[in-house]
Amino acid sequence: MTITTDQPQTRTRLNTGLAEMLKGGVIMDVVTPEQARIAEDAGAVAVMALERVPADIRAQGGVARMSDPDLIEGIIEAVSIPVMAKARIGHFVEAQVLQALKVDYIDESEVLSPADYTNHIDKHAFDVPFVCGATNLGEALRRITEGAAMIRSKGEAGTGDVSEAMRHIRTIRGEIRGLGAKSDDELYVAAKELAAPFELVRQVARDGRLPVVMFVAGGVATPADAAMMMQLGADGVFVGSGIFKSGDPEKRARAIVRATTHFDDPAEIAAASRGLGEAMVGINVADLPAPHRLAERGW
Amino acid sequence: MTAPLVGVLALQGAVREHVRALEAAGAGTRLVRRPADLDGLDALVMPGGESTAIARLARHDGLLPRVRTQVDGGMPVFGTCAGLILLADKVQDADALAGLDTVGGLRITARRNGFGSQLDSFEADLAVDGMEGPLRAVFIRAPQIVAAGDGVEVLAAHGDRPVLVRQGGILAATFHPELTDDTRLHGMLVEMARDRVA
Repeated sequence: MTITTDQPQTRTRLNTGLAEMLKGGVIMDVVTPEQARIAEDAGAVAVMALERVPADIRAQGGVARMSDPDLIEGIIEAVSIPVMAKARIGHFVEAQVLQALKVDYIDESEVLSPADYTNHIDKHAFDVPFVCGATNLGEALRRITEGAAMIRSKGEAGTGDVSEAMRHIRTIRGEIRGLGAKSDDELYVAAKELAAPFELVRQVARDGRLPVVMFVAGGVATPADAAMMMQLGADGVFVGSGIFKSGDPEKRARAIVRATTHFDDPAEIAAASRGLGEAMVGINVADLPAPHRLAERGW
Repeated sequence: MTAPLVGVLALQGAVREHVRALEAAGAGTRLVRRPADLDGLDALVMPGGESTAIARLARHDGLLPRVRTQVDGGMPVFGTCAGLILLADKVQDADALAGLDTVGGLRITARRNGFGSQLDSFEADLAVDGMEGPLRAVFIRAPQIVAAGDGVEVLAAHGDRPVLVRQGGILAATFHPELTDDTRLHGMLVEMARDRVA
């Protein structure tokens, strides 16, 4: 019997495979072990361990960095589902630390302050899987080329405004559909325009989907928001501030999980939407001055 | 001979991959989200995912106890990873599943996430009873079978632990056959479904 975990192809299958297991599920931002347990009890498929949810990062300002290892370990001990944690864009040592802490997934995230305005982390250099944000197909394919095992469309984190999440998933799905209509000779030009490798572009054109799982993030605050993202072709949703910045986090968490599974059943979504108390107050993305738009971080 | 109709429990997890593998193995498929979706199935796959999430999603309408009724009535079922946990009669460290209905019926004790974090996920080639050539197995945050009771046939082991078992019409794996192109285990389920129809 041979165990060949050290082969790069094997690692890729294990890491993209874990994302496949999360499909149809909800990944929730949590800042304490208690919140992590609430998320697990509500049916979350994974939690994102953070010191501050994006809405607070936005409100408090300053440089946002990787969370304290004590906090991350406390959350790992609290739950049986996978635990993710965020590293700054390009901060490969934060990523090394998170791998040493044995998190299940690293999110190289624009929600934190970027550490490198030119390069992203070389994710092939790690055994732990990465999820990365994208606002369009070219960005998604560049992250996959760098080794991302999962993509999340960015949306605009910490706003509770779903309009950017909508724009990004529509953009990515639309660009994929557009590739499907192109002939091989046109795909060379498409690869150039997408600033992504030709072989990967051709694969996406042929399959009609990314080669990894794609979740939606950034502004999902209600069961209907989550179900809409699923109807638009998302494999699952990240909910950040939307749960623990709302009036009744337990109930809202359960409701968003239910609506994500039964995304094509309006009666179920209606049932899940009843009596949830107040949603997070939120910020209209249109009112955000450009320097405060997190989605523009990443290159 | 018409193709048997195999359901795939589709609350959460690796649903698409099982559908593809079953169709490659000659079955028709149906996604199962509610009890009524179980009517008329010749077999069922319970896919990998997060067992806590799946059990919670199923509790609104008693879907998992209904699966048990049909399994007791002879419907073949194949559980992989989280699906195996939901089929197990006993689960160690089951706090996160406390108060939730599962399916049960498979006389094993399972331990959720028995190997550690994602860094401890691995692949291995398995020798399977009655199967020619090795079977590539993908173990992702996999459960362990820590004890197997009477009537549980161990079809494959990894080290000293069973990883593929069969008890009558229940087939269960701690790994993910749906993530490789090898559809022999799905073929085994399809044969079990055909035998039952015949």
